[in-house]
Amino acid sequence: MSDWEPKIVSFFCNWCTYGAADLAGVSRFEHPANTRVIRVPCSGRISPKFILSAFMNGADGVWVSGCHPGDCHYIEGNYYARRKFALFKNLIEYMGIEPGRLHFSWISSAESTKYVQVITDVINAVKALGPNQQFVKNKAKVA
Amino acid sequence: MSGYTEKMRDIARRLLETGAVDMVIGFRKGSLPMMNEPCFVTRADDAHCLVWDGHCGINLANYLTDRKEKIAVFAKGCDARNMVTHVIENKIKREQLHIVGVPCTGMIDKRKISAMTKGEVLAVTETDDAVTVTTAGGDQRFDRADVMQQNCALCVHRNPVIYDDLLADPVTEQTIPDRYADIRKIEAMDAASKWQFFEDLLAPCIRCYACRNACPLCYCPTCFVDEAKPQWVGKGQDATDIRTFHFLRAFHCAGRCTDCGACERACPMGINMRLLTRKLEKDCQSEFGWEAGMDPNQRPALDVYKTNDPETFIK
Repeated sequence: MSDWEPKIVSFFCNWCTYGAADLAGVSRFEHPANTRVIRVPCSGRISPKFILSAFMNGADGVWVSGCHPGDCHYIEGNYYARRKFALFKNLIEYMGIEPGRLHFSWISSAESTKYVQVITDVINAVKALGPNQQFVKNKAKVA
Repeated sequence: MSGYTEKMRDIARRLLETGAVDMVIGFRKGSLPMMNEPCFVTRADDAHCLVWDGHCGINLANYLTDRKEKIAVFAKGCDARNMVTHVIENKIKREQLHIVGVPCTGMIDKRKISAMTKGEVLAVTETDDAVTVTTAGGDQRFDRADVMQQNCALCVHRNPVIYDDLLADPVTEQTIPDRYADIRKIEAMDAASKWQFFEDLLAPCIRCYACRNACPLCYCPTCFVDEAKPQWVGKGQDATDIRTFHFLRAFHCAGRCTDCGACERACPMGINMRLLTRKLEKDCQSEFGWEAGMDPNQRPALDVYKTNDPETFIK
């Protein structure tokens, strides 16, 4: 297990965090590389299905990141998203998933240092928990 | 609630005779005891089949979705709140509805009755505070409070919030110190015990979707469980799929569920899936100060926002 590396599925808003990740890249910042990034038009686009689907298909952690409240490209998408996320996180933890598996953040396109900080935190939190066993669909059992 | 039946028949007859409505939705006796079924009356002559007793737990708002005619419908407190939700969500117009409010003192849990009696239940009669069950072995008498559905025992909105006619004087509302004691108990567990708790709770699920079908909130043209491209939830008995189904079903009811208990009542396996919807109900109340179906002029919790909504969980 010592060489185990977590798989993190990240949903980034096109207008902010995706840009921050890009900026971190061109700035040659170093950070762990365990994320698979999925670009979405807005954090308001995130459906609970996306997050559950990531876990079902073997993600050890999920990270959703969008624009700071007030900075949404579509004016208010992240405000609606914030309400959904609050209920979603509470419910999934109520059903028994470890609190460190699911992360949310607001990162603007200029905050590449915050991006590096958060990605490191997310990966460390998921590493500490080990491979995800919950909400995973065990495909081996089928065959 | 005794005496409601006669008043109901009178109101239905009057409304149909005057042509005020095209249809009356109420209950009639089912073929088995404790199993009243929804009944659609379109002729005044048929109004005599309407009944009301402690077995009218089905939520009649479920039968109003996308109807075009003018309908009179009998509504308990929870039903009326679901009708408000229907109006808010444009599933029916308020002008189409003639809501006959039914102040409710709680519905009887047929599973509790079956568990507390031996042999087949042949008949059930009730008064305002007692229920008498007849089996081949004789009669048994129960306190109504002991055989009530759990959601009714926890109900704080027994009187309809909107109505055009009220069947009787409003009943006194219950004061319940902690409606969410069982939810708090689960919240206090550690992650592994929570996981195991829901593993055990959902294990009997046979994916019949009765909970979905009984629910007045579930009216999507294509339900997420039927979506094939992409397929979000597998259709089999895989434990993860069952859990995902229940998770998403509950999440779709977030900020809309009135805890009418129709889902639990419809479940052939007796699963208490209300533990999920009530968690969301509790969170909507604590995070956003929202209670579903109380006011037709307010948008539901997930359709509005405040700039200072809680966000301590966001980095």
